[in-house]
Amino acid sequence: MERKFQEEWEGFKPGRWSSTSINLRDFIQKNFTPYDGDESFLAGPTEATKKLWDQVMELSRQEREAGGVLDMDTKIVSTITSHGAGYLDKNLEKIVGFQTDKPFKRSLQPFGGIRMAINACEQNGYTVDPEVVKIFTEYRKTHNQGVFDAYTPEMRLARKSAIITGLPDAYGRGRIIGDYRRVALYGIDYLVEDKKDQLATSLVRMTSKNIRLREELAEQIRALGDLKKLGEIYGCDISRPAKNAQEAIQWLYFGYLAAVKDQNGAAMSLGRTSTFIDIYIQRDMERGILTEEEAQELIDHFIMKLRLVKFARTPEYNALFSGDPTWVTESIGGVSIDGTPMVTRTSFRYLNTLNNLGPAPEPNLTVLWSQKLPMGFKRFCAKMSIKTSAIQYENDDMMRVTHGDDYAIACCVSSMRVGKEMQFFGARANLAKCLLYAINGGVDERLKIQVGPKYRPVTGDYLDFDDVMEKYDDMMEWLAGLYVNTLNVIHYMHDKYSYEKIQMALHDRDVKRYFATGIAGLSVVADSLSAIKYAKVKCIRDEDGLVVDYEVEGDYPKYGNNDDRVDQLAVKIVRSFMDKIRKHHTYRDGVPTMSILTITSNVVYGKKTGNTPDGRKMGVPLAPGANPMHGRDTHGAAASLSSVAKLPFRHAQDGISNTFSIIPGALGKDDQVFMGDLDIESIAKELNDGD
Amino acid sequence: MVGHIHSTESFGTVDGPGIRFVIFFQGCPMRCLYCHNPDTWSPKGGMIKTAEELLAEYDAVKEFMRGGGITCTGGEPMLQIDFLTELFEKAKAKGIHTCLDTSGVTFTKDKPEKFRRLVKSTDLVMLDIKHIDREEHKKLAGHYNDNILDFARFLSDSNVPVWIRHVVVPGITDNEKYLFELGEFLSQIKTLKALDVLPYHTMGKPKYEQLGIEYPLGDTPPLEKEKAVWAREIIMQGLKSALKHKKNDCD
Repeated sequence: MERKFQEEWEGFKPGRWSSTSINLRDFIQKNFTPYDGDESFLAGPTEATKKLWDQVMELSRQEREAGGVLDMDTKIVSTITSHGAGYLDKNLEKIVGFQTDKPFKRSLQPFGGIRMAINACEQNGYTVDPEVVKIFTEYRKTHNQGVFDAYTPEMRLARKSAIITGLPDAYGRGRIIGDYRRVALYGIDYLVEDKKDQLATSLVRMTSKNIRLREELAEQIRALGDLKKLGEIYGCDISRPAKNAQEAIQWLYFGYLAAVKDQNGAAMSLGRTSTFIDIYIQRDMERGILTEEEAQELIDHFIMKLRLVKFARTPEYNALFSGDPTWVTESIGGVSIDGTPMVTRTSFRYLNTLNNLGPAPEPNLTVLWSQKLPMGFKRFCAKMSIKTSAIQYENDDMMRVTHGDDYAIACCVSSMRVGKEMQFFGARANLAKCLLYAINGGVDERLKIQVGPKYRPVTGDYLDFDDVMEKYDDMMEWLAGLYVNTLNVIHYMHDKYSYEKIQMALHDRDVKRYFATGIAGLSVVADSLSAIKYAKVKCIRDEDGLVVDYEVEGDYPKYGNNDDRVDQLAVKIVRSFMDKIRKHHTYRDGVPTMSILTITSNVVYGKKTGNTPDGRKMGVPLAPGANPMHGRDTHGAAASLSSVAKLPFRHAQDGISNTFSIIPGALGKDDQVFMGDLDIESIAKELNDGD
Repeated sequence: MVGHIHSTESFGTVDGPGIRFVIFFQGCPMRCLYCHNPDTWSPKGGMIKTAEELLAEYDAVKEFMRGGGITCTGGEPMLQIDFLTELFEKAKAKGIHTCLDTSGVTFTKDKPEKFRRLVKSTDLVMLDIKHIDREEHKKLAGHYNDNILDFARFLSDSNVPVWIRHVVVPGITDNEKYLFELGEFLSQIKTLKALDVLPYHTMGKPKYEQLGIEYPLGDTPPLEKEKAVWAREIIMQGLKSALKHKKNDCD
């Protein structure tokens, strides 16, 4: 297909992307223009941007006053083509498209589970149309129903006691990033042609595996057809590739929009688009048909749309995630495998939306940080972080080794090559609670019922390190098996009843699937084990002999102070639990990974976890992610970060997160008051010359 | 030799250039009214540490210390000058940038030998001049400022780079005359590299409550940043004026 699209691809350097196959990485590497300058070229918001944003702010205000939701669909089930066009102000919007027929109206997405959809509506004062309820109860099975049909009693109990929590069994699993850039570069017709070819060359021996693949490819092709129709609804012909920057952003956004109309996933991330878009902006500027103001306006309007992605969710869901996150994560920067930083002017333009539209948590702008990033960009990132606290950072130098230079982050830390890898999101196992189960022989300390296996509990007044470790190892073995199998049920049913057809249509046929698991409570476990080892921990039992509290006698080393005595306990637990996960069969031969990342749900997990041997009391939040427990890292940030940095990425490949707060004043001297570079002699000389 | 160390901080960003490993020494002879580390006053207590132990702690986080190094502060590090010197000499042997944050109050003009040895392994001194007026200084810090000003001249003569810090406290040092005089004095320090004018803040107050000591400045309000910028300008005017006169003297 060399020069298949003469007009649209004019000016691009050809390569495998244009001659052999769909290959976004090749296109980007051959065509992007690195930028190592500073932010001085950036433009402010246009009048149109300001007007639109004022309108958004006004609608946000109304939404807040209405109690958090302004409008909800109760009758139309959301699909890629379910709604007519919706606008803020058609004449001003450079990038168009909403999930429903108007902004701030939340769509009805019952495929994950009708009960969740009904609850979300009811809690906000709306009622789902009885006919829809009937259809999704009597005629059309949902993911949620499928999962509960297959769950074992043990799985239900583990879910109830919250030793396994946040399972995507009643809502969309998310965490899949469609390669939305493909829509812009190739257009729908070519993508359909390619998918048809994939179907024609797929195995015909009808094993269940091959039947499933054929069915999925057919669904993907249909979804691409719907995506084309979505373009038509907004008056765009996306059957062909984009021919300028505006179209490229619009086409790409249609791909993403189709995904959020189709799926109410826990994290609906965007991918790695800034440097791709930059190639189009650069070409338009060289052609003299786009100014900096206009380019920034396109980006501002695009980001504005991403900020307005909304889902109908229940208050419990929002409590778990501390708000109403959509995790529209966009990965910016990083370095090519040949060592060239992939920072472009549009990387700056994306971050500049935080100036033009003000700070916001979404889209989750994530900088793929490398020591090799250009200084101008590093400085700008630091400046914008201080100004807005709205940038997330991830270690590109570490992830590039595994994923190359065209990966992106889903949700907050999950890395995957765009269009080539996906993940099955797996919530997390509460390792702090697991430790309590080890001590109490599988009896839940809150519910006071047998949840885990009836192993021999700890006896005696004081905890013995070797005894507890042995029991903990057994209990983790049980938990890992139950956890993986629970996830197997969930992902089987999600594929069956709520398949992500449009997102997978924007993937290769043969994708690598990561089977993601996660752990919570790591620092509590490390500190508890440290307390048992280096101090004395006395058990306090209730009338039934259940250990319900602990008294720590003496001091012990705490995780977060760069002290190997305890840090290595954390390392050991991570590795040990991951190895136990690896022992089990995973759905679709997913490659098992693990994350240490609870950024918000640690608060809820803390409520569900009893007193722990480190002295933490029931209800006190677990630390977020891999963070040390609040207030226990007493040697400053570098020591705290060093402890976290010891955790092995190899055994926590789905990501390790550390939430870091620092007041700007503690980041360095205020230029206004601090006067560096003083030089008495040159001042004297200046005064001399002045005479 | 061992030192009495109050605590360490692995991520110091305001105690010298770059990100620094900060060592707080136990014990201080000064009793500045606005001191925000009263828990370091007593020369007793603190942790007993050797220089090797402290440098090992630094090594464990040295990846973070690009462009930084070690800063010794307190308390008054020069109260333990022998230990401090050993620590800095061992740090220099490892190529670590050394910074001393001091009040200079223990300096003895007539017996400078130990100080001479110390500054040989000191890359930077952050000298805190609390008040330029001798009597006012005594009221503010419990000592006259003679040794402190001597130490500043000594550093200039010894060719040691100096950052001067000055806290502006409402009603005590926010005085045009004193600020101008401070600037005039600073013109004598040939090795002056930076001037840090800090607005008084009240963040030290809770520590006094914890220690059961009455907070000497009572309800003195924190100083607005604009006022600190103004103070810095006055100091710079004093400095320039003195430099100009000096030049005229030579002419």
